[in-house]
Amino acid sequence: MSDIAMPSGGAHDHGHAHDHPKFLQHHFHSAKQQFEASKLGMWLFLVTEILLFSGLFLAYFMLQARHPEAFISAHHHLDRTMGLVNTVVLLISSFTMVMAVQSAALSRTKATLAYLYVTLGLGGTFMVIKYFEYMHKIHDGLLPGNLYSYAGASVPGEYLFFSMYFVMTGIHGIHILAGMGVIAYLIYRTHKGDYSSAYYTPVDLTGLYWHLVDLIWIYLFPLLYLVS
Amino acid sequence: MNWLRSIFMPEVQGWQYARDVDDIYMFITWVSAVLYAIITVGVCYFAWKYRRRRDNIETPDITHNTMLEIVWTVIPSIPLVVMYFWGFSTYMHARIAPADALEIKVIAKKWAWDFTYPNGMTFGQEMHVPVGRPVKLVMISQDVLHDFFLPDFRTKVDIVPNRYSTVWFQAEEPGEHVVFCAEYCGLQHSDMLAKVVVDTEEQYQQWLEQKAEEAMNMPLPELGKLLYASKGCNTCHSTDGSRIQGPSFQGIWGKTHNFTDGTSAVVNEDYVRESLLTPAAKVVQGYDPVMPSFQGLLREREIQALAEYIKSLQ
Amino acid sequence: MAEVLTHTTQATASHPEELNYLNENRGLKSWLFTVDHKRIGVMYFWTIMLMFFIGGVLALVLRTELLTPKQTIVDAATYNQLFTLHGAIMTFMVLVPLIPATLGNFAMPIMLGAKDVAFPRLNLASYYVYVCGAIMAVSAILGGGLDTGWTFYTPYSSTTGGGVSVMTMAAFVLGFSSILTGVNFIATIHKLRAPGMTWYNMPLFIWGMYATSVIQVLATPVIGITMVLLLMERLFQIGIFDANLGGDPVLFQHFFWFYSHPVVYIMILPGMAIISEVIPTFSQKPIFGYKPIAWSSVGIAVVGFLVWGHHMFVSGQSEFAAAVFSFITFLVAIPSGVKIWNWMATMYRGSISLKAPMLYAISFLLLFGIGGLTGLFLGTLAVDVHLHDTYFVVAHFHYVMMGGTLIAFFAGVHYWWPKMFGRMYNETWAAIACLLVFLGFNGTFLPQFILGSRGMPRRYYNYLDQFQFLHVSSTIGSYVLGVGLIMMAVVLIAPLMRKRYDAPSNPWGGASLEWTVSSPAPTHNFHHDPVVTHGPYDYKAARAAEKAGSHA
Repeated sequence: MSDIAMPSGGAHDHGHAHDHPKFLQHHFHSAKQQFEASKLGMWLFLVTEILLFSGLFLAYFMLQARHPEAFISAHHHLDRTMGLVNTVVLLISSFTMVMAVQSAALSRTKATLAYLYVTLGLGGTFMVIKYFEYMHKIHDGLLPGNLYSYAGASVPGEYLFFSMYFVMTGIHGIHILAGMGVIAYLIYRTHKGDYSSAYYTPVDLTGLYWHLVDLIWIYLFPLLYLVS
Repeated sequence: MNWLRSIFMPEVQGWQYARDVDDIYMFITWVSAVLYAIITVGVCYFAWKYRRRRDNIETPDITHNTMLEIVWTVIPSIPLVVMYFWGFSTYMHARIAPADALEIKVIAKKWAWDFTYPNGMTFGQEMHVPVGRPVKLVMISQDVLHDFFLPDFRTKVDIVPNRYSTVWFQAEEPGEHVVFCAEYCGLQHSDMLAKVVVDTEEQYQQWLEQKAEEAMNMPLPELGKLLYASKGCNTCHSTDGSRIQGPSFQGIWGKTHNFTDGTSAVVNEDYVRESLLTPAAKVVQGYDPVMPSFQGLLREREIQALAEYIKSLQ
Repeated sequence: MAEVLTHTTQATASHPEELNYLNENRGLKSWLFTVDHKRIGVMYFWTIMLMFFIGGVLALVLRTELLTPKQTIVDAATYNQLFTLHGAIMTFMVLVPLIPATLGNFAMPIMLGAKDVAFPRLNLASYYVYVCGAIMAVSAILGGGLDTGWTFYTPYSSTTGGGVSVMTMAAFVLGFSSILTGVNFIATIHKLRAPGMTWYNMPLFIWGMYATSVIQVLATPVIGITMVLLLMERLFQIGIFDANLGGDPVLFQHFFWFYSHPVVYIMILPGMAIISEVIPTFSQKPIFGYKPIAWSSVGIAVVGFLVWGHHMFVSGQSEFAAAVFSFITFLVAIPSGVKIWNWMATMYRGSISLKAPMLYAISFLLLFGIGGLTGLFLGTLAVDVHLHDTYFVVAHFHYVMMGGTLIAFFAGVHYWWPKMFGRMYNETWAAIACLLVFLGFNGTFLPQFILGSRGMPRRYYNYLDQFQFLHVSSTIGSYVLGVGLIMMAVVLIAPLMRKRYDAPSNPWGGASLEWTVSSPAPTHNFHHDPVVTHGPYDYKAARAAEKAGSHA
């Protein structure tokens, strides 16, 4: 099982050769190796996110199977228009995020900033619309579990639907907020001029994350709003 | 090899299913013993025979042998297949109760058992069954998960709230057998024991009649004393003044109890009745609200009997 | 012409003051803010050993209580907390991170020929996340206690008081630490191998770490969401696991065991990975069946996701589900058996040195053998109905988790101790400690198989008189085990009091890359970029290379 291989690093000492770019960490041989490793790491993290939400979807399906009428009746309280607007908002934000990544890859700092700002704004729009939706539910007493106090006509068990609604959209919302925080940080770093075609990994990875969060919403929307 | 089986397993009271389970158990034990002997002898022998001598570290370059891999994968798999099918088919036998089984309903709760017989009467802690007839238990929990474990019959099933679970067994000889709760259910999980008493058919009928009569005719304080044990009150309430989970019954009749909500009341028939049916309404100060309700589980006469019994404890 | 590898320090006097990862940067801050995988591994090591000590003390108190059927030294409420905390600490805070975060972190990058893991800062973050989780768990214990058992079954766990809510959050946080480690290791193994190190040229320890990391990434999110749902159930009664609210308590069991079965493979695969290093090195003979062992790790990881229902045979699940889960459970037994035969074949005609790492490896074979075989009883349907939730199960999982993972960990600790701390421990006392651990362990848990098959349920404070003899035997065994473990700790820690780093770089004649650098390891692992010129079990070539190197 022996192998003769070409040494790649030559005979220089550990890590501190003269021409290392600032962003290249000392344990990587090349920018390409670092980029590929980072990307792999991000994909693995996204897999964990998919599994996390899969658990929630499974719980939702189990409850729906046990209480079908309650779920159908309950979902009428959701505002389909607001849900649809939010879906479109997130889809556009995914597009602007892609454009931000491409701009960074082409070293177009101004364009990168513009697209990042728009993405951030669209994420904020999503959260604002969500806020109004939540306020409406709270006002009507359509709340999870032991907080449910809706006074109107309802099928027994509707609070189960709202339990899942709030847990799922709530966790999704936390992910949007976290993404917005990271995008804000990217904006700060872009202002400083840290990203270019040589190194735009953080923008790329954030883009991947943002697409996943969008994708999860694409599943959540029909599941919660369009049940019938 | 019966002596070996008797070390590992409780004695079988005649039911063929239990013997079958023991047979599978012993089969797995023997297969494991053979495999383990190979491992132990092999490892110890190799460690001794090939121990390093005088810094001689030259070894042959043996890295793999595909045929050997196949052999030692396939051959141990054969007893595994046997175990699987034998276990599955025996298990199916225990899952399907005969159609003519005697049905006893079981309610499990923290931390006692209620058994309801076909004649509609409910008694606790001791389940009487006739010999030679299949008995099917239909079980539900009043609160958290419990489990009915009857080791002598190799029988066990979880008891779940809001859904019935069933299990069946058949005793072939008279005797007494312990029942454990085998799913952790809180503080007195390990005290939640019951007993299965196997009677002859006549004894079983006699016992049912006798219990029914007792419930009808026995003087109230005596009936109350019986119920105090059979309903499991003794798990949490002593009669000698010592504190368990709930207040002792000794000398409380006519006294005033202070409750956690600030109110107080005198211990009389009304108070005993309310404590049995809606125990959470008034909780004595210094105690936790863990008493289960006996709503629907006690006849009027039984409630009276318990009150009379408590009155008699001075 | 092959690149010259690092100069060795075989002659102990050659470079006594050489800088290494321990002494190159000094001061508390250099440790707390380090991104060096070796230092992070060492910090994990001491922290996890502290948790292990706490969990062990709880066990000894618990066993002492079980000397008599009724109360011995604590009351029922305390006892129920003791077994819950012992289980929660040992599974979540010790066994899950144990080998990957300590030995994996320390040795794996060096074995790969890398300078560090792929994401060093993430590595440090995972350590602090672990510490947060451990602090939260301790506050759950102090703040309200919990007695649900480490399995948190609903509806008891969703309705009882105490520190359950905080503990579920602690478990969530600890899960994050596990995920970060898994992500890091997968990226490292894919991207940071030295030139010449193909997948089939990697030490088997790396294959084991890889399979483990895949499970960590895929399974841990499920326990995360389970803990979130349990928390919501407790706080808001959302109605998912509580039958009275419209939910299903058995659904909790499915969610819980979907993670918690793979988690036991997270625990055992790294242990097996260590054995695959120790046995060939101490037999000075290549590992027998490299590919079967490598792929059996992957096989166990994959099939391990499909057997969770075997924890639930009596929960009320359908007969069809039971049949399927039992069948797949038997399937997963086969790769483990394959490994044992391959390890034994490695010893055949080897040149066996019975130093402490090898003694622990042999103990592993004998103890994991029992653990694995007793799994057959539990995978068989009719037999499991009798044995479920009895002491038989307790004995089985202690044999695989402690007799397996922990013993393998001890083998690895003795094996890499010189590389970690640069000093050799005393072999005679180490062997005595190993013997005490082996005897004490068997004394503790062998009687428990019989307790279980005779009907003694688990998590029982009181028990029937007929079980007392076996309980007393078990408790005496646990005291011997405790003494053995303390002795082992003293044997390992005593040499750390010496100032000089006098361990040779390759005390055992190993052939993987970590044995080509000095002991303790240099800060940046390699003075020159390593090139792989022979396989990790080619001891002849390794000896030749070492001889050539010492002439330079």
